[in-house]
Formats: sequence, structure tokens, C-alpha cells
Amino acid sequence: MSDPRTTELTNVSTTVLGADEIILNMGPQHPSTHGVLRVKLKLDGERVVDSECIIGYLHRGVEKIAEHRSYQQFAPYVDRMDYVAAVSNGLGYCEAVEKLLGTEAPVRARVVRTILTELQRIASHLLWLGTHALDIGALTPVFYCFREREEILKIFEKYCGARLTTHAFRIGGLQYETYDGFEQDVKRFCDDFTHRIDEYETLLTENRIWVGRTKGVGILSAADAIALGVTGPVLRASGVKWDLRKAMPYAAYDLYKFEIPTRETGDTYDRYVVRMEEMRQSRLICVQAIENIPTGPIMARIGKVLKPPPGEVYHSIEAPKGELGYYIVSDGTTQPYRVRVRPPSFINLQAFDKMARGSLVADVVAIIGTIDIVLGEVDR
Amino acid sequence: MANDPSEKDPVSKPPASGAEDKPVAKKPTEPAQAGSVTANPSVPPDAPAKKPAEPSAAVPATPAVPGAPAAKPAAPAAPAAPKAAAPPAKEAPPKPLPLDNELVQRLKARFGDAIREATLDRKQAIITIAADQLREVSRYCRDEEKFDMLVDLTAVDWPKREKRFDVILILYSFAKNERVRLKAHAGENEPVPSACEIWPAANWLERECYDMFGIVFEGHPKLTRILMPDEWQGYPLRKDYDILKQDTDWVRENLGIESGQ
Repeated sequence: MSDPRTTELTNVSTTVLGADEIILNMGPQHPSTHGVLRVKLKLDGERVVDSECIIGYLHRGVEKIAEHRSYQQFAPYVDRMDYVAAVSNGLGYCEAVEKLLGTEAPVRARVVRTILTELQRIASHLLWLGTHALDIGALTPVFYCFREREEILKIFEKYCGARLTTHAFRIGGLQYETYDGFEQDVKRFCDDFTHRIDEYETLLTENRIWVGRTKGVGILSAADAIALGVTGPVLRASGVKWDLRKAMPYAAYDLYKFEIPTRETGDTYDRYVVRMEEMRQSRLICVQAIENIPTGPIMARIGKVLKPPPGEVYHSIEAPKGELGYYIVSDGTTQPYRVRVRPPSFINLQAFDKMARGSLVADVVAIIGTIDIVLGEVDR
Repeated sequence: MANDPSEKDPVSKPPASGAEDKPVAKKPTEPAQAGSVTANPSVPPDAPAKKPAEPSAAVPATPAVPGAPAAKPAAPAAPAAPKAAAPPAKEAPPKPLPLDNELVQRLKARFGDAIREATLDRKQAIITIAADQLREVSRYCRDEEKFDMLVDLTAVDWPKREKRFDVILILYSFAKNERVRLKAHAGENEPVPSACEIWPAANWLERECYDMFGIVFEGHPKLTRILMPDEWQGYPLRKDYDILKQDTDWVRENLGIESGQ
């Protein structure tokens, strides 16, 4: 493990070319960049010598909008950042504002939040798995993944009426009670899902092409990962056993037993293994939680007009992609003075250069996929 | 469709049981009893056991230290409160308190006046430091205090203040499982030392800060805009940048349309 202090800064200049070097522009309109990411690659033959990510094509000024909305009005906007994990975004925001108010959601609300957020994690990982495998050339998993993801989206739709940008939670708790049959739906999904993951694994885990395309590709050491602020499955695949659900429990995670899967090498294959195991653990959390949803109110008494006392708060959750943080400053009025989102995708993407250097052009696609970015969150 | 029956529940339930169930919002202690803990009998033992951490610190300090601020948070809430009766009924609203733990003492011993202020807001430590010492303090925090990860770096604009910007670094220590927030004030044209060489993670974060606020980070390897187009004029997250404002010239030149909402 190298010393993080000696980690050199990335040199993003791509202007001076060697004799055999060319510059290849990838994106922003490229199917494997998962949105509108543009990557400038300096190549020496097939090898990546240098790279630079150019982002901002999806910048909508979410943080500026927040300053002109009331606390409740801003809640639906956060769903539009990581739009494949809207429930997690909503959980982070609602809990941050609750912390700012000095209140907490009732236990029933927190358990339901935990179930939905874990389902969302599975859905997000499934989308990642399908598209990542598709990028690398495995066409089959994407159909299976979308089939299972559909089941989760149906549960969301039944619960709150929306599938993607759900706005499932409210500041102080939940707006909706769980629908009749919610427990059965989640249980049925969980029962089914174990076999499904095994099914994906038979397609990929020991597949020679898959292993060949992912093992040893895009290695990120633990020291580099920490120095670059990388969090989530990418950090855990590098051997750091750290998960906010355990380190600083929120919602109802302290009630359930689950493991934090880690791997050692920090290559693309390890990140695949970690995410697969994470889906199993998320399923376990759902199984435990659904057995015993406490009764009681679903909304804390916070009043209709929210005026948090002046001050500031930072609250973060373990989103499917890493640490999703909200830094909110209140000036005592109904609108936040400043909302800063710490987007896991944005910060993890910064490690792209480190992973891509020295790899082949074809591996760049695998590396972009393995970081699991959503450009809506990178650009906000 | 499926929501019709469910929508009735929240309406009828919270007002009825909300009052006595409120304290239960504290986390139940035992996993196995998630269900039973919600029942009211557990309220008395549970609430005092968990609660003290915050209020006990907040309540005694209230009369002594921030006498004026104590009245302040209550005042704005009161006029708007008729419907929001809940907030005043709560104990003390969360407010910043002075902080003097071991970390702060060590920092003060080492950097003296460069450590301007240390406060605890909603149980989160905030240490205000002199901007010119930012790099030294950061290095110390990383090497000696084991804050090995820069979680986030951002800024807040307070245009009426003499030094309008707060530059904020959120640090995390894996060893201590603890966060701390460093805060430095910076004037409009006052460069702030870059933290890139301490935490490479600061690279993009400082670029974003520059992009959105126009804060210059001295020593940054490549301080250019990151989210906005390179030629964009103005810094969108400054408070004097209106939400409807655009760089009309840029829009006309690059998109071929007249800017307008």
C-alpha cells in the first residue's frame, strides 16, 4: 500500500503530444459513457497515456434552485440528481433537513424508509450490472436485470405512484402508509431474488470473457481511493471495510444484521463481486425489516411551515454509489440559505484518470462502467 | 389506485397518536424488539437514555453563553408559529455552542491565533481557521489527527460580510470514525491556499468552487471551470447572481438563440 501523501496530482494536460500519440475524443454522445460524459484520451497506440473528463453537459443548477425553494419544495428536485436511485437521494435530503430541525422521523417511517432504500440499492445495482455487462459485450444480463428491476419499480409505483423520480419520503417521515400487500410484494421479490442473483452469477462470474475483460483492469489501490475521496463499492473493492450504514447508522440500519463485503485488489472484477454481494446483503436487510415493521405514526410533528433555527448541518448516507452528503445552511427562514450536495458519482469519477492510465482503449469502457456514474448527479 | 385506502391512514393516525409517540422517534435499542419498542411503555426509559446527549449540553449552556442568540431562534419561529405549534413546544432548538475538546486544544496549542473559533452545531464540530493557514492546518489534520479523507470542499456566500466567502472543508477520519468541518473566511479577490497537494480529491472540488463562486485557489494545478462552459461570465452560486440570470452573449454565440426565460 503506497503512502497517500506521495500520490501525485493528476496531470490533465493533453496538449503536448509524443511522436506516436494521438488524441481520441469519446463522448459526450457515446452509448458507453452512461449519459453525457466526454473523455479526452491521449493514446500511444492502444494505451491510454493521459485522460481528462469533461463534464457539465447536464448541469441544471440544482444547488441554486434550492436557494429559491422552500425546504419541502426542494425535495422533489433531489430525485433528479441520481435518477436511478431517487429514493436514496430523497432519504439523504429528508434526514438532513430533519437533523437541521433537530427532529427525527418516527420509527415506523424509518423502517419503511430503510426497506425502500435497500430495494432502491438493488435496483440501482441491477441497472449498473446490466449496462456494465452490455458495455463489455455480454448482452444477456441486461434483460434479466431489467426484469427484476421492474419488480422493484412496481413496488415503488404501488407505494407512491411513481417509478423513477419517486419523491417517496417527506421531511419528518412519510406521506403515505404502506399499501395493502406491501409486505407480501417485498417478500415475494426477496424470495425470488436469491435465485436470480445466482442466475446472473452463472452468466458472468466464471465466464472466461468476462473475467478476461475485468480482472486486473482499472486497479485502484486503497491509499489512492482514500486520497481521492472515493467512497461506496469502489472503495470497498479496494479493501477498505467502510460503509456509512455501519460507521454512522441512520434510518433504521442499526436494527439489522448485514455484512460489508470487501475485496482486495480493487480492479473491475472486484467491484463486480462487491456489488453482487451487496445486493444479497440488501435483500437480507429487506427480509429482516419486512418481518417486523413497527406500528405507530409515520410522520413526526414538525408543522407545515419549516423554519429551521439558523445554523448548518452535514448529513450523509450510503447511497448505492457512495457517500451522498447534504450540507445545508439555514438562516432561519423558510428557504435554505445554501444546499450543497456531495455527489458520490462526481468524486468517484475523479479517480477515473488514475484507473485508466496505462490501460487499453477498450478497457476505458469497462472502467467508466465500473465506477457506476450517473451524469445527472455528476453535473447536478 | 392502490393509494386510496392508504391515504386515509396518515390523516387519521398522526394527530391521534402523534403527541405521545413523538419521543419514541428515538432509536430503539434492541434490534429484536423493533416492533414492541414503539409501544408506549418504553417511552420513559428510552427517551431519557438517548436524549441527554444533545439537550444536556444545550440547556445549561443557554443562559450562560449565548444570551442574545438564545432568544433569537425562538423569535422568528414564534410569529409564523400559530399553525406550527410543534417547534416551540420542543425543548431547546438546536443552536451553535462553543466547543473545546481535545482536538481543538491541540490545534490551538499548535496554531495559536490561526484557530479563530470552534463551535458545535447540531453535535457537529466546526473549526474556523485563518485562511492563510489553511494548508498547514489541513496537513496537520491529515498527518497528526488522522483525518485522511477530504469528504467535501465547498463554499457559502455571505455578500454583506466584509469577507464574503466561507470556504468549507469536511474531513473524515477512518481511525476515529469522526468528521470535522474546517471553515475559512475569504474576501472577494482573496486567494485561498489550495488543498490539492494534501488531498488530491480537492482538485475537482476546488474547480467547482471556482466555477460557482469565483474563489481562486492558489497552487491548484489547473483551476478552470468544470461544470459551466469555459467562456461563461459570472459565478452562478453567488448570492448577487440572480436565478434567472444568464450569460446572454454566450448563449447567443454558442446556442444561436436569444437568451430568455
